[in-house]
Amino acid sequence: MTTTIEPPELVTPEEPGGPDGHHPVSDHGHDDHAHHQGPTGILNWLTSTDHKVIGKSYMITSLVLFFIAGIMALVIRAQLATPTSSLVSFQTYNELFTMHGSLMLYLFAGPFAFGGLANYIVPLQVGAPDMAFPRLNALSYWLYLGGSITMMSGFLVAGGAASFGWVAYAPLSNATNSPGAGADLWLMALALTGFSAIFTGVNLCATIFYLRAPGMTMFRVPIFSWNMLVTAILILIAFPVLFGAVVLLFCDRHFGTHIFTVQGGGVPVLWQNLFWFFGHPEVYILALPYFGMVTDIIPVFSRKPLFGYKGMVFATMTIAALSTGVWAHHMFTTGVVLLPFFSLLSYAIAIPTGIKFFNWIGTMWGGQLSFQTPMLFSIGFLFAFLMGGVTGVLLASPPVDFMTHDTYFVVAHFHQVLIGTAVFAGFAGFYFWYPKMFGRMLRESLGKLHFWGLFIGFWVTFMPQYVVGLDGMPRRVAAYLPSNGWTTLNVISTVGAFIIGASFLFFLANLWVSWRNPIPAGDNPWDGHALEWFTSSPPPHHNYSQLPPIRSERPTWDANHPEHRTIVTHRKPRPPRPEVEEPETVGAPS
Amino acid sequence: MVLGGCDFYPTYGASRGATAQGQDTFKLYSGMMTTGIIVGGIVFLLILWTIVRYRKRPGDTEMPRQFHENVPIEIIYTVVPILIVAVLFFFTVITENKVDATVSDAATTTSTGNPVVDIDVTAFQWGWRFDYPNLNVGVAGETTNGPLNHGPQMVVPTGETVQVILQSDDVIHGFYLRDFNFSRYALPGVVNKFDLDVLHNGTYLGQCTQICGLYHSEMLFSVRSVSPAAFRVWAAAQVRAGNTLPRSGSSAQNNPPPDTRVYPSNA
Repeated sequence: MTTTIEPPELVTPEEPGGPDGHHPVSDHGHDDHAHHQGPTGILNWLTSTDHKVIGKSYMITSLVLFFIAGIMALVIRAQLATPTSSLVSFQTYNELFTMHGSLMLYLFAGPFAFGGLANYIVPLQVGAPDMAFPRLNALSYWLYLGGSITMMSGFLVAGGAASFGWVAYAPLSNATNSPGAGADLWLMALALTGFSAIFTGVNLCATIFYLRAPGMTMFRVPIFSWNMLVTAILILIAFPVLFGAVVLLFCDRHFGTHIFTVQGGGVPVLWQNLFWFFGHPEVYILALPYFGMVTDIIPVFSRKPLFGYKGMVFATMTIAALSTGVWAHHMFTTGVVLLPFFSLLSYAIAIPTGIKFFNWIGTMWGGQLSFQTPMLFSIGFLFAFLMGGVTGVLLASPPVDFMTHDTYFVVAHFHQVLIGTAVFAGFAGFYFWYPKMFGRMLRESLGKLHFWGLFIGFWVTFMPQYVVGLDGMPRRVAAYLPSNGWTTLNVISTVGAFIIGASFLFFLANLWVSWRNPIPAGDNPWDGHALEWFTSSPPPHHNYSQLPPIRSERPTWDANHPEHRTIVTHRKPRPPRPEVEEPETVGAPS
Repeated sequence: MVLGGCDFYPTYGASRGATAQGQDTFKLYSGMMTTGIIVGGIVFLLILWTIVRYRKRPGDTEMPRQFHENVPIEIIYTVVPILIVAVLFFFTVITENKVDATVSDAATTTSTGNPVVDIDVTAFQWGWRFDYPNLNVGVAGETTNGPLNHGPQMVVPTGETVQVILQSDDVIHGFYLRDFNFSRYALPGVVNKFDLDVLHNGTYLGQCTQICGLYHSEMLFSVRSVSPAAFRVWAAAQVRAGNTLPRSGSSAQNNPPPDTRVYPSNA
């Protein structure tokens, strides 16, 4: 391999399939405008195995659930605006914060990333015609939809929805303390959506390992797809444990076992160990895809390559590896875990996270930054995640955790992390790839209003929560005493929450306007870097009829800017191989 | 360590700590916050400066230099965070060992000769029970979130070492006192022990922090610290009033006061 790059002539993919080479691309490959056989309309949607259709279904479903969970958050904030509010009863309040957390974490933040954007974008980024297992992909979506409906249906049954918090600590979640069917529906929803996540994880791994286009070596895969690969591996580590825990708890509830109850010789803390062994990798399952999105977006709007591509890949792998060994930092105050070990590993995660920050800054350094909506949201992510990250380092210290555990300090911390990732970075990704997915632009003016509303509301909502947490306000309380002196800070926080809520009206308006008065996006509206910007918007049925030469992690940029191609360093030139003219475009990737 | 000793540390919204352990925690917190503000502030300013300095200006027509990968810089921004984290972890372990240190179960005095008072704290849905096994005193109370009522009260002697033996009758609860900078789960089937050295007379508000069901919001309590002499007087008065240890059975036997919930929505 040499660093000399031939002029960007287009190559037609021969067999981008795996080692078996049985991929269906050759059936359609030369006719980009899809003579897709089969049903149309609603039946097409119901029966589709196209990753683009499934990805859009995932996104729409998860956004609907995001809005439902957001409205729950507004009710929660309205309740807390006065000390002894009777807006909702204690029981309803407990159901609301449980379902708010469950919807946001299990049904929005994860599925929006790995079922929605990743499903749509990863095959495009690696140059694949579809996911590796299209039918399994469809099954994932239908399990996810079924699981979501199952969880929501808790509101319809006697006794109401689950009300033990999104972590469902035993023994509060057992049949004695939570007898209602809402708890069972909640558990079954986790089982269903858990399998949906596992299947998507399998699919992403197989797609990224086996369906890369010729020339797309692993170290040319865009960072978003890299992060999705690592996320998928984490899913395969974490979700089976959750499923096991859910089954055990279900047995406790219905079949007379005593795994988590003391009376029968069980151990309640076992639930916490199992849950957080899932739950902390889950935090990174929710974060890594969004890190990947901003890592793909910032270089595009800086008009520069990513500062340290390999550093970023190794940082992601390090975060994932460490994330499997830090679960007990959620359990410091149980008094039954080895504090220094889990503290040290939790601290250690700050190091690869810091590497990511410096990479993002280094990418912008010396660039030519333009602040279209995706870039604005990405920068909003940087500030939000910086604040959430710094407070996270404090919580890695057991004594500091003792003083802040289960207070609003922690609530503020994880909302800043999760809104920083799933909302700021998530909507950065949505604004960034919407033109690719729908072939039309979103309006910049409405996008900027959405951003500034969210950005201002975000700080107004969560900064007071740190203060009120340090002043002793516990989380998950529906009421507090006027004499506590927490009222003013809670009112400010509530105002901020409603600003965030209002900002999403601009988002909905933006969707509406773009739907009614489309502005065609063209193939590459942002002067993008990765492969997905090379195909049409939206892409044809099997994604690519032509591929550019893939010589770096930004093939589309290299094709469009031949005089500013990515310089590939850290690569020893191999001795020339005679007889092989284009070593890049033959053979399946290793 | 007297309270004046930590005036040097900014509070950043936290309590300076009403116990010896809480003061140690506070100092760690304050030091970590200072570090966090400095490191976070530097990164914040770097981001801010970068987006202002390198924003696209109207005259910018040339392509920015396509540089990437600089191994020395990458090594620096890996090693520096490792050093920061190592220092933070060092101070964490020092503080943690102080905060978690407990006197042995049977001890009646600490190694420095300070008397030890044992208190069995039991959390239940939804209230607290404070038993003093060596004084034959037991007080308990249910959720009483009235305007002037802050639930049952645990009385402790200022300056003596209080060993709390914490557990739960039913689900998991959280024993938390803001001014002590401390919380610990009350677990069913597990006994948690920790020591508190309260430094000043006063009343400190506590509350359950772990969601424990319907009335979690009202599961309040308080700790009143009085002089050792006043503490003995209080204990004797409790015995006379019949607030003694139950002969057997669960904590509910101690006739908790009727609840006085003020929320009509929960009637």
